[in-house]
Amino acid sequence: MLDQDVKYLKFRSFLNTYCPHCHNSFNREKQGEQTLNFNALYKKKDMELILSPYLDVFEANATIDIVQDGVLDDLLCPKCKESLVSKETSCGECGSPVGEVIISVFSKLMPFYVCLKYGCEWHGLTKADERRIKLKIPRQDMPEQDSTLRVHNHQEVPYGYTTELALLEAGRCLQCKDPKCVQGCPVNVDIPGFISLVAEQKFDEAAKRIKKTNTLPAVCGRVCPQESQCEERCIVGVKDKPVAIGRLERFVADYERKMDLVKTPDIPENTGQKIAVVGSGPGGLTLAADMLQLGYDVTIFEALHETGGVLTYGIPEFRLPKSIVQFEIGYLKQLGARIELNHVIGTIFTIDELLENFDSVFIGVGAGLPTFMNIPGESLGNVFSANEYLTRMNLMKAYKFPEYDTPMPTGNKVVVLGGGNVAMDCARTAKRTGSEEVTIVYRRSRHELPARGEEVHHAEEEGIKFRLLTTPIQYIGTDSNEVKGAECLQMKLGEPDASGRRRPVPIDGSNFNIECDLVVIAVGTGPNPIIFQTTPDLKRNKWGYIDVNPETNETSKEFVYAGGDIVTGSATVIEAMGAGRIAARAMHEKLTKIRKGKEKKVVGKV
Amino acid sequence: MFQIVRKQSMAKGTIIRFDVNAPKIAKKVKPGQFIILRVNETGERIPLTVADKDPFSGTITLIFQVVGKTTALMRSLNEGDSIKDISGPLGKAAEVENIGTVVMVGGGTGVAILHHVAKAFKEAGNYVIGIVGAKEKEMLILEREMQGICDELVITTDDGSYGRRGFVTDPLNTYLQERHDVKLVYAIGPIIMMKNVVKLTKKFNVRTMVSLNPIMIDGTGMCGGCRVKVNDKTKFCCVDGPDFDGFEVDFDELMNRNSIYMKDEKESLLASIR
Repeated sequence: MLDQDVKYLKFRSFLNTYCPHCHNSFNREKQGEQTLNFNALYKKKDMELILSPYLDVFEANATIDIVQDGVLDDLLCPKCKESLVSKETSCGECGSPVGEVIISVFSKLMPFYVCLKYGCEWHGLTKADERRIKLKIPRQDMPEQDSTLRVHNHQEVPYGYTTELALLEAGRCLQCKDPKCVQGCPVNVDIPGFISLVAEQKFDEAAKRIKKTNTLPAVCGRVCPQESQCEERCIVGVKDKPVAIGRLERFVADYERKMDLVKTPDIPENTGQKIAVVGSGPGGLTLAADMLQLGYDVTIFEALHETGGVLTYGIPEFRLPKSIVQFEIGYLKQLGARIELNHVIGTIFTIDELLENFDSVFIGVGAGLPTFMNIPGESLGNVFSANEYLTRMNLMKAYKFPEYDTPMPTGNKVVVLGGGNVAMDCARTAKRTGSEEVTIVYRRSRHELPARGEEVHHAEEEGIKFRLLTTPIQYIGTDSNEVKGAECLQMKLGEPDASGRRRPVPIDGSNFNIECDLVVIAVGTGPNPIIFQTTPDLKRNKWGYIDVNPETNETSKEFVYAGGDIVTGSATVIEAMGAGRIAARAMHEKLTKIRKGKEKKVVGKV
Repeated sequence: MFQIVRKQSMAKGTIIRFDVNAPKIAKKVKPGQFIILRVNETGERIPLTVADKDPFSGTITLIFQVVGKTTALMRSLNEGDSIKDISGPLGKAAEVENIGTVVMVGGGTGVAILHHVAKAFKEAGNYVIGIVGAKEKEMLILEREMQGICDELVITTDDGSYGRRGFVTDPLNTYLQERHDVKLVYAIGPIIMMKNVVKLTKKFNVRTMVSLNPIMIDGTGMCGGCRVKVNDKTKFCCVDGPDFDGFEVDFDELMNRNSIYMKDEKESLLASIR
């Protein structure tokens, strides 16, 4: 028998196999299909045995008529006729003899065992070998549009994994007993669980596994900063690049959607309690999905004419296709969500008015108010906030002007101010709408760029220039008040500031001009004031955002919860979703108590 | 969808009045507040101030001048047609209180908004003096409505074809010289008119409110397109306004910004004709 630590290897990708004696390959190609050819001895008869290249032993195309549980007498190399049966090892599953072949895993050869019993699917490696193999597989890149091509269209940049690539990548996961990646995920997706389902080619089940805790996998797989969340903690990442969790998530979500496998789960009996969700961005959508699945009535109020919040107006088409956002929202509608567009909460209904008609309210309105630097020339023509620029392009589809009526902001030489993901989005959008030269101006150094590495990389590939350690001090206008240049100062890094990053300090007399005819200011946002104007009793923190109890995300107003950027300031999609989840849990707990009469509801209690 | 229940053409067809079925907004909207609308799927979002409301029948009144593609498209709509999206009410309402004598100055389509605010000041018990200006007689709108609201009404036309010849600032100057009990001037109209009114009232140190209507996309404080310098600070018309203390508004900057968008507007209109 084999060692205890020999296990079934969930490694089903295509293999190159060789004879350990003569080193000839068993791989054959027949009518375009790969097979593995062996000679076998069964009941003293010589036979030819054909296996699939995934080592699915004794497949239907085996030419031997073997009874169930029948064991081959011998397995031989068709070239040198030597027996492949191992003298030291036997099957880890059934104890039958095994044939030993050599497989090539990324140009390294190692032994691999094939059980000789018909019906036994065991192909084995020692655990140490398995680990070695897994660590040998390089992180799989997603195929993507070439940068010279993609700057001329608005289609998504990566095409996503193929099945082959997904299987290879899933094969890299070590299936840790104490998965650190799950702790790194704000919504605690069962990452090893779904990856092992991917490895078993159960893509649909994998998607359902993710959806247990994450309502928007197709979105998260695309826009989550995995490198600073789940993937940052991946054990494989200690020595090699981490498992591409985000890409796998995207793969299964796309698979489920494209194969039309999305099903509405069974919803428990209606609780009779009503929830109002203010804002249809990632936080609101997550809370809505959770509450719908717990049997609550959910109405989502959206201020704009389209749902999705930042997913719709902010993130560009080439990074997150709007059809995917709408598909995910369509799923919520199937769950029973009511959606009220063009409803600006704070004016059409105040929060107190909502509390009269709903049992609980969730505020997820985002942090919309754009920040300007208050330097001269910001009011010149063709100077935009990133919000305005992106809203025109994404929500209003200005890039399709004149098919759509909203004029497209254009410029030959574009300056984008800021170093975050939003700045990258603006710069890359400008490149796609015909700008010749796009420059990102950021006041700190490359090391401090807050944007995701992938976004910076994509931007550079597309020919976007980076002017680091640079800050504008004024914009210069033409006679007709359109911007024609930015006067900048060179900076150097000084002592660390409160954020721990080294503070940029201007170098005196280093003034220089950058010629430009379009400026996009992407230096952050502040809290939107509309709700506060009619709900003065909503407690705010020192930055002006909503103050919540971090355990429950309940605000100073009872039954009113909040989450996302309106609580934290500009953050990520998944963090907003995590906040929605926390609020949903607390809301459900509280409303359940009320339902059971343990607590009496007092409307509008502060 | 928001149905147009009544359409009226004014000022030689350059100004259109719509009564639109929007019951929730009609119930909530206050004088000075505005809405953002999008006519159809490919349309742009434009802000329009609500000229009046009828909470009982659930309609709001929109009065707009045909200046660009969207307003031209709206003119082609008829009673029974619908507007795809209307979002509102937006912006802060005019601060209306009983302060004594108020002069309401309006020009062009600004009169549409002005009369809604004037009505509120009248209802609050103020003595309301109205000064309404237009290019020529045919361009004058809402004269009868203003007559009904104001205790005194002066009409000026640039060419003298009706009322007094000249600009609204002439009778305003007279009033400010003769009456010392004017507590507030409300000016709504073209930027140049508001600028000149403020220039005049500054001399008399009479508090002056102006209502600004710059370019906007979302109208909810998100895009910053409607930014305007007020007291040297960047303010957003959609959430901090649209009404501001006229003494603090940087009108020159506002005019520059508006003129830039007029170019875009022309382009959009031309593109739609092509």
